[in-house]
Amino acid sequence: MKYAKLILSLVITAALIYFLNTKQGVAPPFGKFLNPFTGFWQNAESAKTLQDEELNLAGLQEEVKVYFDERLVPHVFAKNDKDLYYMQGYITAKYRLWQMEVSTHNAAGRVCEIVGEKALETDRMMRRIGMGYGAEKAQKFIEEDSFSHDLIRAYCEGINAYIKTLKPKDYPIEYKLLDYAPEEWQPIKVGLLLKNMANMLSVFEYDIENSNFVAKYGNEEFKKLYPDFIADEDPIVPIGTKWENRQETIDNRLQTINSKFEIRNSKSELFANAIEKPDEITGSNNWAVSGSKTKSGKPILCNDPHLKLSLPSIWYEMHLVSPNMNVYGATLPGSPAVIIGFNDSISWGVTNGGRDVRDWYKIKFKDDSRREYEWNGQWLKAEKKIEKYFVRGKGEVDDTVIYTKYGPVVFDENFGTGDSKKNLAMSWVAHLPSNEFKTFYGFNTGKNYDDYINALNHYTCPAQNFVFASRSGDIAIKEQGKFPIRDKTTEQGKYLSDGSNDKDDWKTFIPYEANPISKNPERGFVSSANQHPTDSAYPYYYPGVGVYENYRNRRINQLLTVGKDIDADFMKKMQNDNFNVHAREAIPVLLSLLDQTKLDAGEKKMAEAIGKWDYFNNADQVAPVYFEIWWNELRKMLWDEMLNKSVPMKQPNFYVTVQFLKTDSTSKFYDNDSTAQKETRYDIVLNSFHRIKDTLAAKQFTEVSEPYGDDETSKKEDLNPRDWGTFKDTKVSHMAGLTPFSVNAYNGGNLGVINATNTTNGPSWRMIVDEGAMKAYVVYPGGQSGNPGSKYYDNMIKSWADGEYYEANFVANGDELGNKKLFVSTFKPAKK
Amino acid sequence: MKNFFFSIIIILTASAVLQQFLPWWIIVLPAFAVGFFYEQKSHIAFLSGFIAVFVMWSFYAFFLSAANDDILAQKVAALLPLQGKVSLLFIVTGTIGGLVSGFAALSGNLLRKTTE
Repeated sequence: MKYAKLILSLVITAALIYFLNTKQGVAPPFGKFLNPFTGFWQNAESAKTLQDEELNLAGLQEEVKVYFDERLVPHVFAKNDKDLYYMQGYITAKYRLWQMEVSTHNAAGRVCEIVGEKALETDRMMRRIGMGYGAEKAQKFIEEDSFSHDLIRAYCEGINAYIKTLKPKDYPIEYKLLDYAPEEWQPIKVGLLLKNMANMLSVFEYDIENSNFVAKYGNEEFKKLYPDFIADEDPIVPIGTKWENRQETIDNRLQTINSKFEIRNSKSELFANAIEKPDEITGSNNWAVSGSKTKSGKPILCNDPHLKLSLPSIWYEMHLVSPNMNVYGATLPGSPAVIIGFNDSISWGVTNGGRDVRDWYKIKFKDDSRREYEWNGQWLKAEKKIEKYFVRGKGEVDDTVIYTKYGPVVFDENFGTGDSKKNLAMSWVAHLPSNEFKTFYGFNTGKNYDDYINALNHYTCPAQNFVFASRSGDIAIKEQGKFPIRDKTTEQGKYLSDGSNDKDDWKTFIPYEANPISKNPERGFVSSANQHPTDSAYPYYYPGVGVYENYRNRRINQLLTVGKDIDADFMKKMQNDNFNVHAREAIPVLLSLLDQTKLDAGEKKMAEAIGKWDYFNNADQVAPVYFEIWWNELRKMLWDEMLNKSVPMKQPNFYVTVQFLKTDSTSKFYDNDSTAQKETRYDIVLNSFHRIKDTLAAKQFTEVSEPYGDDETSKKEDLNPRDWGTFKDTKVSHMAGLTPFSVNAYNGGNLGVINATNTTNGPSWRMIVDEGAMKAYVVYPGGQSGNPGSKYYDNMIKSWADGEYYEANFVANGDELGNKKLFVSTFKPAKK
Repeated sequence: MKNFFFSIIIILTASAVLQQFLPWWIIVLPAFAVGFFYEQKSHIAFLSGFIAVFVMWSFYAFFLSAANDDILAQKVAALLPLQGKVSLLFIVTGTIGGLVSGFAALSGNLLRKTTE
C-alpha cells in the first residue's frame, strides 16, 4: 500500500511536469509559459528597461552611443559605417526580433517548423515561387561586392550579438507562446526579407486570370472590361511628356517575333490555379512639391505607403549617424539602412509601381518523368530540387520542385488543384541577381539629384515609384525596376505564355534611363498613387489591365494643382483627406438606375442620405456605410461570373464597373447565374440596394424598423454605433493573429481615398519632410517596441488614427534631445 | 506546525534560488527533499509544497506585473480563457507551480514512509 501510494504520487508529479512543459495544441506549455522566472511574466516590461546602460560588444571597432527619445526612437551615433550597421542590427533585434525572424521564416517557407502542418501549404507556395531561389541569387551577387557584403555582414553580426545575450527568460513572448527559440541570423535572411516585400508587391499580374477570361468570354468582352488605359487617366509622368524615341530597340526586338500567340487564341483552355490576389488594393501615395508652391520656397516631400496594418509594426523608426551619413526614417526590421526617409540634403519615398514583373509559362514536358521540356524544337533538361519541410509534430515532408529556364514550375501534379497535367512555370524579376542595399545606401548618403539617380540604378524589384526632393530645390519621381521589353503586338505578358518556344521569353530589359521619370515639371509637383506610370505614348509596352488605381491620383493632383503657399499643415490635412472620387462618380450613376418606388420607407431614407452625402469617408458619417454595402453587394451580383474559385478571373476594377453600368444597357453579365430569372442592370442595382438593411441587421448595426439617421442626426454624440468608422472597423492585427495583441482604430478613409484605410490595410507610415524648415513629421500605426508587454507597443496608433504627427527629432548630437531624451545606451568594443 | 512553517520557507527559498539558473520544474527538488527529510503527515507535506510555490509564483508574478501596470497580464488573461481577469491569472500561475511542488513534497513524504 505504501509503495502503491508512492508510485501513484510520483507518477502524478512526473505527468504534471510533462504536461506543463509540453505545448498543448495551440496553447503554450503552461508551466514554461506561466512560471514567473522564465515565463511570459518576464516580458512585462518595467521602467527599469528605460535606464541608461553600458555594454561591451566584441564586434565593435569604436564606441557607439544610442540615444532613445520619448517615443523610443533610437538615435545611433557611430564613428564608422560598419559600427553603425552593427548597431542597427543589434538595436532592431532588441526591439523586433520575433517579427524579423517570423518574416524570414515565412519567406523561406519554414513556418511549419513553428506551427506545424497548418502552415505547410503556404510554406510550399513560398518555396515553389522561388523565394529562397531568388534570395540565394541576390546573396551570391552581393558577396561579389565586398563593400555591400561587409556592411550587410556587420548588420547581421549585430543581430547575432544581441541574440547571444538572450537567455530563455528574455525571449520575446511569441517564442514562449509558440515554444521555440530564436536561431542565428544568416545574411541570406536579409535577402529573404526583401523577397518577402517583393512578393507582397508583385501580385499585379493576371496572366492566368486574363487567359481564363478570354477563353470563356472572348477578346471583345475582354477589351471592354480590362482596358489598358481609361479615359480619366492622370499618369505619374504628366500626359503629353515627350518620350525619347527608342523605337529602334523595339523594332529590333520585333524582328524575332513573327506569329501570334496560340494559347490565348485557342479560347478553350481554362486554368484552375493562379496565385490568389487581393480583391482591391489600398495602394500608396507619395508626392513632392517644388519651392514655387510652398511657403518656405523649398520643396516638401510626402509619403504614405499602404500595407497590411500589423503589430509589431512593419516599420521601425531610426536615426542613423556616422561620418558618412545623417539619415532618419523608416527601416525594415531585418534589413540594413533606412528604406523611406530623409537626410540633411535629400528626402525620398516610395509607392508600389504595380508593373507586371511576373510572367507565367505553360511547360510541355517530354513525358511523365518530366526530365525534359520542349523549347524551340529542342528538349531542354529540367532541374529537380527536393524541398524538405520539417513539420512540427509530424516530421519531414518532401516536395519536388522542377526548375526550367523560365523559373520554378509552381503549379503541377504536386501542387494546386485540378489541372494536374498543366505545368505552369513562373518567371519573376525577383529571381534575377540584384543588390537593393546599394540603392538604399545611396539614398542614405545621397546629397543631390545625381546621387538619387545613381542609387536607383541598383534597384530591380519590386517596381517602385521613388519620389525625391532635395534641399537644393529639385523634385523628381521615377518608376524604377527591371522590366522586360515586351512585344506590343502580341501584348506579351498579359496572358499565360507558351513556354515551348522563345516568342515570349524575356530577351532584354528596358534600359534604366528609359524608365518613366518626371523631374522638376512645370506644374510644380510630382506625385504617384499606384496609377499608370505613363500615357499610352510611352514607347515600351506594359500590361495595364485593371492593375492601376485612378482615384487617389486625381484627388492628389487636384489638391496640389490648386495648392499655394503649401506648408506642413497643408500636407498633414492632405494625407488624411477622406474625399472619395469613386463615390462621386458612382453614386449619380447608381441612383439614376435605382427605382426608388420599390423601396420601403427606411430604404428611401437611406437613398436620400446617399444622395445628400458630400463624398467624404469621415469616421462619423453614416451615408458611406450604406454606399459601401450597396457597392460591394452590387459588384458581387454583377461580377458573379468571376467569383468561381475553380476558374480564377479578376473582377473588373471600380472605374470600369461604373462606366460599364453607365453605358452598357444589355450586357449578359447583368444576369446573376445563381438565380432563375434574367436580371437587368436595374434589377441588380435594386437587389443590391435591398441588401443594405440585411447586412446592417446581420452586423447588428441597427434595427431595420428604426429611422435611418442622415448626417445631421447621427453625429458623434449618437451612441448607436452606425457610423463609418465603426463599420469599417480598422484593426491593426498582431502578426500571429492573436486578438488580445491586436488593436482597433477608429478613423475615416477607404479604398481609393488618399487616407486609404480599410479594415485591414492602410497608411503604414506617414511622413512629411519640409526641406525649407529642415523639419519632418512622422507617425505610424504601431509603436517602437515589438513587445506586447511594453507601453511602446501600440502608443502611436491613436495619434495615427486621429491624423496627428510627431516631429522627428533630427538632432545633430544626442545632447540636443534635451528633455526628450529617455535614456542612453553606450556600447564599447569588448577588450580582446 | 513549526515543521510546516519551516518546510514552506525552505522550499520557497531553495526553489527561488534554483530557478535563477535552471528550468522551472527544478522546483520539484527542494519540495521532494523537504518532504523526505521532515516527518509530517502526508497532507501537511503536500500543503507545504503547494503553499510555498503557490506563494512564490503568484507573488513574484504580481510584483512583476505591478511594475508593468498589468499591461501584459491583461492581454495574456484575454488570450487564455480567463475573460481578461488578471487576478485569475495570478491564481492560475500560483496553482500550477503549487500543484507540481505539492505532489513532489508528497512523493518525498511517501518515500520516507516506505523506509519507516
